[in-house]
Amino acid sequence: MAYEVQLHELLDSAARRTPGAVAVEEPDGAQTTGGAVTYCQLAELSDRVRDRLRSLGVRPGDRVGLYMRKSIDGLAVIFGALKAGAAYVPVDPQAPPSRNAYILNDCSVRAVVMERRLEAHWREAIEQLGPTPQTILVDGVGGGRGLAAALADDSAPVSASSSNASAPTELAYILYTSGSTGKPKGVMLSKANAMSYVDWCSDVFEPSASDRFSSHAPFHFDLSILDIYVPLKHGATLVLVGEEAGKDPCRLAGLIEQRRLTVWYSAPSILSLLAQYGDLAKRDLSSLRLVLFAGEVFPVKHLRAVKALVPRPRYFNLYGPTETNVCTYYEIPAEIPVERTDPYPIGKTCEHLASRVVDGAGRDVPAGDEGELCIAGGSVMQGYWNLPEQTARAFFVDAAGRSWYRTGDIVKTDAAGDFVFLGRRDRMVKRRGYRVELGEIEAGLYRHPAIREAAVVATSNDEAGVRIRAFLSCHDRQRLSLVQLKRFCAENLPLYMVPDTFEVVDALPKTSTDKIDYQRLKDST
Amino acid sequence: MDAIKDAVKSYILKEFLPGEDPNELTDSTPLVTGGILDSLATLKLVSFLEEQYGIAVHAHEADVEHLDTVQDIAALVRSKM
Repeated sequence: MAYEVQLHELLDSAARRTPGAVAVEEPDGAQTTGGAVTYCQLAELSDRVRDRLRSLGVRPGDRVGLYMRKSIDGLAVIFGALKAGAAYVPVDPQAPPSRNAYILNDCSVRAVVMERRLEAHWREAIEQLGPTPQTILVDGVGGGRGLAAALADDSAPVSASSSNASAPTELAYILYTSGSTGKPKGVMLSKANAMSYVDWCSDVFEPSASDRFSSHAPFHFDLSILDIYVPLKHGATLVLVGEEAGKDPCRLAGLIEQRRLTVWYSAPSILSLLAQYGDLAKRDLSSLRLVLFAGEVFPVKHLRAVKALVPRPRYFNLYGPTETNVCTYYEIPAEIPVERTDPYPIGKTCEHLASRVVDGAGRDVPAGDEGELCIAGGSVMQGYWNLPEQTARAFFVDAAGRSWYRTGDIVKTDAAGDFVFLGRRDRMVKRRGYRVELGEIEAGLYRHPAIREAAVVATSNDEAGVRIRAFLSCHDRQRLSLVQLKRFCAENLPLYMVPDTFEVVDALPKTSTDKIDYQRLKDST
Repeated sequence: MDAIKDAVKSYILKEFLPGEDPNELTDSTPLVTGGILDSLATLKLVSFLEEQYGIAVHAHEADVEHLDTVQDIAALVRSKM
């Protein structure tokens, strides 16, 4: 069922319907104490954030930085900023202070709500860039208590004034992603963009107030949009997963079991870890009804392992860049054939969006041919903050005047009408005249039973031409010989795709969002 | 014959399998079909053989039939000496 409300009204609307229902649970961390809040409590706390932000000069259309560990406190800040008519800009508290200073300066936030422990280094960094924004400093976030204490010295009573009825075209949040220039770029999403996506999630996943959602992704990652807003819209409960627990499969499995989660959403790599190290056979995960994954290709052998251990839920492969959020989806069939090694399709276009597949010249390709996937519709971003040229390059306008976002991903349509992901436009390299998709080499490597993770990068220089380097980690630290590896590749891939070098490491480097860190691999010598 | 095999093996290990355990490369390890020698590596190997043994390898011989194993390579070299 759909509620005709705007993004910033979702929380208050739920608080009016079910004030005493638990909105968010925050399990204790190793060094932190969590807690839980009801809808009424979260709504009130975010009202106080809104009032403090206003008193600091935040006006509709401004930006507010969020610089703290994932917590109930952080969620209250998100809604406080939205209620003030501002867009929130979440940054990774574990990222270098200089990077966060760059981001918060780049979009000239009016205020930053941050943990006090992070302040000194950040202040040093941002002072070199420009004017320092206003701050609300929080001592020890967790359970909303730190934030409540930071707002306690407010002499003004909680205002009865309503929240800003800002236009839906106004920005809701800016999510910074790594840019090709090395500087992060801010993806601007409006309140209408968010609602378009959230409403689609409602239609497809049919949440109810009895659902218990995971929040695995950090708030600066676009997976968090589903986590934050979908349960709230339906009066369900969100269970926050902290950074440390988020990468520890045993604790994650315990959390799903003890907190009786019904909806899980994360990157595939986390699910792979759960299947391998989470001791799932001994867990009762029968509460799960939906397992959603997005962000990277899920190697079929790992997906099969997860499904074998947790057979009951429906599994969905969600696909989409931050610029559109999820734009295609595919439900994994109940049975995965044993012989299948190809990753599953990314599926069909989400119903609130439109798609087309175009060639290099921007012409629609014949059905079944490969081309770049382009997306138009309700959840497509407003552009990149302060980067008009990059924004212009990211879109093309068709004859009817409609704007299409170029995903940079090469797809083709299979016989069932599903999109099959073939690779990044920028991960296609030419080698000895052949077009090589690095992801295809990875898929080939994943067929090796001893290989746990595989990542392939291409480097080129004038002397050696294009060289393909494979980075691997193996199950149980097995040592694979080069002869075995090359032979295995030669049996599974065309010879021109066999990597030039293989480097076996204990574990591949990851980004803060748990994706394989290709940049770091490329830079390694 | 064994001296040729050993020389070919150590060349392949040094050039194309750096860091590999020498025991992994046997007389019958498939080199071309096994993904160890690509077309560029095959050219390099042929010029090594020509220089080392003073022989000429014809273009039609520089193929998988004559060069797929250390054993094949040694036989090709010996047939020309």
